[in-house]
Amino acid sequence: MIHSLFLVNASGDIFLEKHWKSVVSRSVCDYFFEALERATEPENVPPVIPTPHHYLINVLRHRIYFVAVIQSEVPPLFVIEFLHRVVDTFQDYFGVCTEAAIKDNVVVVYELLEEMLDNGFPLATESNILKELIKPPTILRTVVNTITGSTNVGEQLPTGQLSVVPWRRTGVKYTNNEAYFDVIEEIDAIIDKSGSTITAEIQGVIDACVKLTGMPDLTLSFMNPRLLDDVSFHPCVRFKRWEAERILSFIPPDGNFRLLSYHVSSQNLVAIPVYVKHNISFREGSSQGRFELTLGPKQTMGKAVESVLVSSQLPRGVLNANLNPSQGTYTFDPVTKLLSWDVGKINPQKLPSLKGSMSLQAGASKPDENPTINIQFKIQQLAISGLKVNRLDMYGEKYKPFKGIKYMTKAGKFQVRT
Amino acid sequence: MRNALVSAENLQLTLKTDFSSEEQALTIKNEDLKEMLESNKESLKLEAMKRIVGLIAKGKNASELFPAVVKNVASKNIELKKLVYVYLVRYAEEQQDLALLSISTFQRALKDPNQLIRASALRVLSSIRVPIIVPIMMLAIKEAATDLSPYVRKTAAHAIQKLYSLDPDQKEHLIEVIEKLLKDKSTLVAGSVVMAFEEVCPDRIDLIHKNYRKLCNLLVDVEEWGQVVIIHMLTRYARTQFVSPWREDAMFDENNEKAFYDSEEERKVEQTRPYIMDPDHRLLLRNTKPLLQSRNTAVVMAVSQLYWHLAPKHELSIITKSLVRLLRSHREVQYVVLQNIATMSIQRKGMFEPFMKSFYVRSTDATHIKTLKLEILTNLANEANISTILREFQTYVKSQDKAFAAATIQAIGRCATNISEVTDTCLNGLVLLLSNRDETVVAESVVVIKKLLQTQPSQHSDIIKHMAKLFDNITVPMARASILWLMGEYCEHVPKIAPDVLRKMAKTFTNEEDIVKLQIVNLAAKLYLTNSKQTKLLTQYILNLGKYDQNYDIRDRTRFIRQLIVPNEKSGALSKYARRILMAPKPAPVLQSAFKDRDRFQLGTLSHTLNSQASGYLELSDWPAVAPDQSVRNVEVVEPVRLPCIFILFYFLKIMLVLTYICVHVESVSESESEENSDDSNKSSSSQSEKSSSESDSEKKKKTLKNKKLQQLLLIIMTKYILIHIVLSISTQFFVNCMCSLLHLCVFLACQFDAVSWHVHVSLQASSPVFVPETSHELLHRMTGKGLSAQYRFTRQPCIYGNSMVSLQLTLSNSSDQALENIHISEKSSTGQNIHRFNAIERLEPQASVTVSMGVDFNDSTQAANFQLCTKEDEFSVSIQPAVGELLLPITMSEADFTKEQGKLMGMNESSATITMKPENVSSQSVNRKVVSVANIGVIPSSQENIYRFAGKTVSSGSLVLVSVALKDPDAVITINTEKTVIGSMLLRQFKTALTNSGP
Repeated sequence: MIHSLFLVNASGDIFLEKHWKSVVSRSVCDYFFEALERATEPENVPPVIPTPHHYLINVLRHRIYFVAVIQSEVPPLFVIEFLHRVVDTFQDYFGVCTEAAIKDNVVVVYELLEEMLDNGFPLATESNILKELIKPPTILRTVVNTITGSTNVGEQLPTGQLSVVPWRRTGVKYTNNEAYFDVIEEIDAIIDKSGSTITAEIQGVIDACVKLTGMPDLTLSFMNPRLLDDVSFHPCVRFKRWEAERILSFIPPDGNFRLLSYHVSSQNLVAIPVYVKHNISFREGSSQGRFELTLGPKQTMGKAVESVLVSSQLPRGVLNANLNPSQGTYTFDPVTKLLSWDVGKINPQKLPSLKGSMSLQAGASKPDENPTINIQFKIQQLAISGLKVNRLDMYGEKYKPFKGIKYMTKAGKFQVRT
Repeated sequence: MRNALVSAENLQLTLKTDFSSEEQALTIKNEDLKEMLESNKESLKLEAMKRIVGLIAKGKNASELFPAVVKNVASKNIELKKLVYVYLVRYAEEQQDLALLSISTFQRALKDPNQLIRASALRVLSSIRVPIIVPIMMLAIKEAATDLSPYVRKTAAHAIQKLYSLDPDQKEHLIEVIEKLLKDKSTLVAGSVVMAFEEVCPDRIDLIHKNYRKLCNLLVDVEEWGQVVIIHMLTRYARTQFVSPWREDAMFDENNEKAFYDSEEERKVEQTRPYIMDPDHRLLLRNTKPLLQSRNTAVVMAVSQLYWHLAPKHELSIITKSLVRLLRSHREVQYVVLQNIATMSIQRKGMFEPFMKSFYVRSTDATHIKTLKLEILTNLANEANISTILREFQTYVKSQDKAFAAATIQAIGRCATNISEVTDTCLNGLVLLLSNRDETVVAESVVVIKKLLQTQPSQHSDIIKHMAKLFDNITVPMARASILWLMGEYCEHVPKIAPDVLRKMAKTFTNEEDIVKLQIVNLAAKLYLTNSKQTKLLTQYILNLGKYDQNYDIRDRTRFIRQLIVPNEKSGALSKYARRILMAPKPAPVLQSAFKDRDRFQLGTLSHTLNSQASGYLELSDWPAVAPDQSVRNVEVVEPVRLPCIFILFYFLKIMLVLTYICVHVESVSESESEENSDDSNKSSSSQSEKSSSESDSEKKKKTLKNKKLQQLLLIIMTKYILIHIVLSISTQFFVNCMCSLLHLCVFLACQFDAVSWHVHVSLQASSPVFVPETSHELLHRMTGKGLSAQYRFTRQPCIYGNSMVSLQLTLSNSSDQALENIHISEKSSTGQNIHRFNAIERLEPQASVTVSMGVDFNDSTQAANFQLCTKEDEFSVSIQPAVGELLLPITMSEADFTKEQGKLMGMNESSATITMKPENVSSQSVNRKVVSVANIGVIPSSQENIYRFAGKTVSSGSLVLVSVALKDPDAVITINTEKTVIGSMLLRQFKTALTNSGP
């Protein structure tokens, strides 16, 4: 399946290669570089590139291209999904997935890649299993290892790999037993010029951080499970139970994991928490343009809208922007023409606004379209769909765990067309 | 000048020294590493290996360190060992001779008691691509394929592919191993072995038959990567084994081209013979459905393509939501999923129409994502939603991404041709775009307008005029060429403007692009033919310009046109037809999706994504016209479940298996010995399973009561012990010796105990039933059951659900005209019996029936078991009243034991009666038959001629029930000895009636 993997950084250098079958010369990446050159933006590189003898499938994350070389027919999503899983694992191990982090931990990276694929077919991708095979590097462990000469490599076969719960390692022990669940919802919306909603939908995830001793069996039930229209589960969730009773029943993996992601049925009206008043205009013949933007809370269920960040790609003709924010700070990059305004928290009494003028290239004609405004925000302690966890129970272990549930709403791809 | 030369020389010099010093540094460093590797300190070695791995990762050559590294292959330090493995696998191919040094280490490790070490040894051994070791690899794979650890077996499955790519000649042997591993029941192995199957022998579909159902059932528990591979394989398999489920609804589906080709006759046949889906086909669809909820996008896509290629069309809609959900994922995932949706949306608009808004383009999307979304929106457009889509398109046209804006214009063009209601609106919109400031937008509009006008030119002369006015401002060659072509083609609609345009073009001819020049020549020729009075001179001028053009295409064209249109003595007959050649009506171009023909590839594959066949692509076959034999998937033997972790238990199970096998074997030998004197034949019954069971019953019935006992018994014990010995000695290699001797001792003791028990506790030796009655009893009549009827039958087999349960077979049939859903037994039972319920039946089609088995613990009493039989809507109270004879299980014992046991059960435990026998009942056969039909008891061989003995035990408590019938012509004495006096007396009453009655 996957023959080789090359990691390419933003400047187009191959800084790591790994082969699972015979060695493939790195010159195969030339086809990738060609495609990279042709693409105007880094994201525009096609994910699948055919070459005379191989096929290159790449993913771009954290400004690193992960280029997999394959030789014959394979579902492309199989490779793409795997590459993303590799990135997730690196992130899990090193905290960040950057070129520097990978170079610093090249031995661990190699050991990981060796375990994750055998002859190009995924072998162990479950983070709990990998962590038993290869312990993540920590400062303490590095110190201990250098003194005692012990290693990062586990000596035992992870029992999880053989059991019916491959995602959980055995012999987990904690003094404080705790289970936290974060219900995070994202609003994807397109708002048109007049402020009416073209499309809006809510996607949510439940991320968990479970640190419980032994083999706990958890059940999580919702007050209003009907809201969930389409769901995808971590493999630990018992599907039958969900089908029959709409209860999430599972033996959790140890540590952080995504329990569930869901889509709220499109029949429900989506509350849009912020509104934007804008007036962006260019006059024919003049080298000046007006820019006015005001944000305000709309349907927030009484919660504050925080960490608001507005960004907009201004037309190419704009030379500079001279703006005045009523709160927060703004930046304008004259090269990429990207305007971003870090607003912070919206105060309903005093609405934040950004006003001023833009200077255009002299002699250039008026841009015939207005920029799109992307908005990011966060609302704590609110799941905008109204989803509520009813209760969390634990079976199979005697102790009393500490349980916590947190709600949050974020903007996903929230765009306002002007 | 001179200075420059000198400095260049210097530069070269420094470069050279730099290079050499670097090389030197490398070799020095390597020396350094070699030293470290040869030191005694583990930590130094490890450090060296880490640095070497760093070199490998950077793609630097570290092959000269091979000898130093390979020495450490047997290191105790696991991390060091692993890093050496990494190195070995990377360089073994280049240093084959040296690599062989390490082989013996792996061979030793293959025998290690630790499964992790065995597995990793096999992994590395099979990854060393050295052809000499192929036989060793083959041997190792064969051995590992029978390993007790599923993890090692999984590694073996991986090794198969590696060996195959190293030496394809081993194919036949490898297929044998694959065949063996396919039978494996571990979820760990399934994915890997199917992968090996796909790589080595994807055409050997016959290997799958027997494992098909198992794979379907295991699928949910297989790890996610395995799921993808298995689903793809099963898709291919299903397309060769089942008939198409699409026939029926093909008639309602206007998009399906098949309906078009189906002749009337075929349709009639279809109507008379409704399609019934093969249960195995249904099994696959049912078991893959939950995987749509997987977090792994590749799994979701695999299931979606399976449904697309295998499911009846009306069930397809369930995949829509999941596919749309994947659009939230990473950019690359979106790209692949959108491509597949694009292909699907051409054939089935309805699937994605409700989710149209999910395909709206965002300004942050990458260009290829935008284009794909546009493609899908265009595919989804119909009369109802076109206005919404066009409004959306208007926004896109204004996008900063001009390539995308151009694509949108193309899309508008496609909408306009496909939906005739909006052609005019679109055309007007496009004309407005002609005044756009961006050239690419204008150019694209012109091209699209040109295509649209071709479909209905007569009504749009004003648009052509408008375009002629804009002509001066348009600079994109393609657009200019398009306008010129339009002018020429429809010059009759714009008789005044066309010559003027030509005049302008004559002025700028030399500065135009080639493509425009060609169209100028074209326009000139057409005008010359239609309006030669005004344009004759202009044409001459242009043709002269063309004659001396730099481009030979244009010179050629000019020469050709001149010969064609200007009549002279040289020109032949062709010039007569010049008008008809040039002004021939041209067919309008068809604007269609780029994804139109992508459905020739299986969805979700690489070939589909690239729209060209990738190497190793396996074609999806067409449905067979007639389904191949479906019985090939039947699996006869149900092996006991193996518990991988608990070795000892596993061993014991295996021993038990051998024991039972021996027992059965000996029994069947004795049966075949005594078969001659039987002539009884049984009624044939309808269902096949029943038939086979009754056959075996009749065979057992034929068993005459000959002597066998003591010597045979000894023989059995001897063979048992010897065989156990053999079995153990085979499997001991994985086991610590002392453990084994312990086991030996245990087994020996068990055997001894067993041997003793043959004499002491004979009663516990159960045997199979002598006779199984065919009669079923009514449980629920179809009138009271609102269409659901149920019958039950005692199978007289030991119940698999519990030792103290009586096993029952329930036949449920649906005589109503609608399907019944969710048939099950309710949880609460009104009486105290312990009931093992059958698994709920999801759906029972009209006129269909299904047979299920259940177990009831009657507690050795004839009290009826009452319970609720439920369907989705109703509940029916039913009760099962067991006959007393069904509460027994047959046992065998010797005659001597029988009399001994009988002697213990005298007094109040004995009940007897004297009856008068009918003469026709006196024969031994008829007595035997009558007795065993009343009660499920075994026949004891008797040495006396007119005494018949039978033995059984009660199911729940296991108390002995001994029956003897002594014939004293014409009377007979029935004696029953049992602790359970109630059962005894009830049995006696039934025997009395059975034996006094005549008839069979």
